[in-house]
Amino acid sequence: MHKLATIVSLWMVIASGHSLAAGSALVPAKQNWSFNGLFGTFDRGALQRGYQVYNEVCAGCHGLRLVAYRNLTEIGLTEQQVKKIAASKTVKDGPNDEGEMYERSGRPSDRFVMPFANKNAARAANNGAYPPDLSLMVKARVGGADYLYGLLTGYQETKKGVEIPEGMYYNKYYPGNLIAMPSPLVEEGIEYPDKTKATVKQMAQDVTVFLSWTAEPEIEQRKRLGIKVLLFLIILTGLLYAIKKRVWSQLHN
Amino acid sequence: MSKTNQTNSVVKWVDDRLPVFTFMQHELHEYPTPKNLNYFWNFGSLAGIVLVTMIVTGIVLSMHYTPHVDYAFDSVERIMRDVNHGWLIRYVHMNGASAFFIIVFIHIFRGLYYGSYKAPRELLWMLGVLILLLMMATAFLGYVLPWGQMSFWGATVITNLFSAIPLIGEPIVTWLWGGFSVDNATLNRFFSLHFLLPFVIVGVVVLHIVALHTHGSNNPVGIDTTGNDDQIPFHPYYTVKDLFGLGVFLVLFSLFVFYAPNYLGHPDNYIPADPLQTPPHIVPEWYFLPFYAILRSITFDIWFLDAKLLGVIAMFASIGLLFILPWLDRSPVRSARFRPIYRQFYWVLVIDCFILGIVGANSPDDPVFSGLDGFQFIHLGMMSTAYYFFHFLILLPLLSVIEKPDPLPASINEPILGGGGNAALAPGKPMEKP
Ligand code: HEC
Ligand code: HEM
Repeated sequence: MHKLATIVSLWMVIASGHSLAAGSALVPAKQNWSFNGLFGTFDRGALQRGYQVYNEVCAGCHGLRLVAYRNLTEIGLTEQQVKKIAASKTVKDGPNDEGEMYERSGRPSDRFVMPFANKNAARAANNGAYPPDLSLMVKARVGGADYLYGLLTGYQETKKGVEIPEGMYYNKYYPGNLIAMPSPLVEEGIEYPDKTKATVKQMAQDVTVFLSWTAEPEIEQRKRLGIKVLLFLIILTGLLYAIKKRVWSQLHN
Repeated sequence: MSKTNQTNSVVKWVDDRLPVFTFMQHELHEYPTPKNLNYFWNFGSLAGIVLVTMIVTGIVLSMHYTPHVDYAFDSVERIMRDVNHGWLIRYVHMNGASAFFIIVFIHIFRGLYYGSYKAPRELLWMLGVLILLLMMATAFLGYVLPWGQMSFWGATVITNLFSAIPLIGEPIVTWLWGGFSVDNATLNRFFSLHFLLPFVIVGVVVLHIVALHTHGSNNPVGIDTTGNDDQIPFHPYYTVKDLFGLGVFLVLFSLFVFYAPNYLGHPDNYIPADPLQTPPHIVPEWYFLPFYAILRSITFDIWFLDAKLLGVIAMFASIGLLFILPWLDRSPVRSARFRPIYRQFYWVLVIDCFILGIVGANSPDDPVFSGLDGFQFIHLGMMSTAYYFFHFLILLPLLSVIEKPDPLPASINEPILGGGGNAALAPGKPMEKP
């Protein structure tokens, strides 16, 4: 009977198209990303700065479980740099010959170390809210990169008449407006080695570029191949049209 | 059957014992085809090519895919990240499914306009409808495999439809699931069936083509071919025309695969399935939207049948109707070119189907026009569902009796050579692209 109840209530959700997320989020503005368009590529500088933002700010709460340290060579870091980054992380491994789990320093082949041991630990540390994995975040939200950038820059004091519960924050782009993540970026919160000024906008932009790469690491290869395939197909199709014309003209005579 | 004119002795030896070469010569080379087919006749061979593409990419995907609730999502991401050109194979498969439906929908509406379902092609048509049903099942099963949020919740909603059946509904759902919810057993059997069904489709496609080659293609004029003046061999005329069409298709398809691979998908499916968290909106893939609209548009009980069951019945009936279409439309004239009234209602039906699609994509209680709160999508859905059934069940039988068709030309050749001397042809012209 319990099952019947779930089925019935599920059916009602479907049938009424009931939206569980109330609230009126703004639609984030479209940004001019370098990876948009037919020839889009990533800006290596932005990717590396973005990695720094992730590493120094977001990594405390959010994992990046689909990305391995070795992948960082794709954003322009050298093998040496990647080895060093990996070695600075502590990875749980095992069991060893004695059957014990042990800790070792990371290797480039390891996936990014997760900030929490499990979901419950993550919730416990965040007032019950779960900081989702960011590997695919840009692909997993309507609006993609524009949404992420909007979210990171969309914090504000509450709107008139909106009561903010304990541990919640007002964000104009988040569905429902009340988010459990405090604004993660603060002016000059980190220091970029390339002397770029670490404004909130700059950091939001950089980390969005980085997370667009983690979500779609194939994007550059895809677009490069796409151009070649399209050119080839357009020429081929043109030729086929000419042949078709010629073959059929015999018929009309 | 004329023997193959191959001179190669090996070919001859084989052909003498197993006439495959004669068969190919006959069915793909000499096969007599009406000479006036327009580009709407390209979509059948296109569908076949896409079917083969789906099977090839699908087999490669399944070499790397793991059908287990704990690994399915990550194995798909491995394909995207670590398998050489895995992203390409997956995006071709994903967008190939959408392309397949676009092509098949056009193919079906071509048949509706030119009356290709009428005698002697009823079985050909019915096999086509069967292919559509099998494709829908295959696509539904495939969409579950990556085990994202929409995969899981889509599977839950659709399998739950069967619980509407009185008395045995619940046991059927449990049986489909292989347990008490959509879970690992469900994913495993869905993978198995998703692998199987495309090959069943191939089988039905073969029958479809056998039926086609028995009486040959219909044509835009819709009258039978009368002799050699009307026909040309399939090769080289239609092979080259089909290849050109394929080129155009591939250009458009590549734009999606390389530049907007997720445009037709739902972002929620990049969130791993979570049985404890229902997504705010559960929407099916775009090609199911019109059917989804029909399913949801029945909100009232009739007698002892409750609304949910009626919705399910209506949804299946919307396709079931197509099976009996040859007997609903009794007009002896095939092509809409010569049916002045039908021709107009045909376009009303096309628009109605688009409206159903839009309704399926929206929440039923949202207003259709902002500011006009009284008129919600559910109302539009009811109206367009009613019209859909009205078209097939009432309008078509009625038109068969009351419509006075325009005069038909004596042969296919006549309007082509007659150089516009036939007035009846003029209104049909827009459908025929050069
Ligand atoms: C103090 C911990 C913390 C830090 C640091 C943090 N987040 Fe979050 N984040 C959260 C929590 C908790 C949530 C879940 C919010 C909720 O469910 O209301 C969240 C949610 C999100 C979401 C999902 C929003 C949505 O649409 O569901 C994104 C995207 C995100 N964070 C990005 C970031 C980025 C980028 C950074 C680094 C610049 C970052 N976060 C830093 C705790 C954190
Ligand atoms: C009629 C032809 C087919 C259709 C319409 C179809 C449709 C689909 C769809 C819609 C998906 C989900 C794509 C996604 O969101 O990721 C999918 C996934 C998949 N299909 Fe198919 N498919 C067909 C043939 C095949 C065949 C023949 C095989 C194997 C022999 C296959 C194997 C797979 C696998 C392994 C996946 C999961 C990987 C993934 O999600 O990309 N498919 N299919």
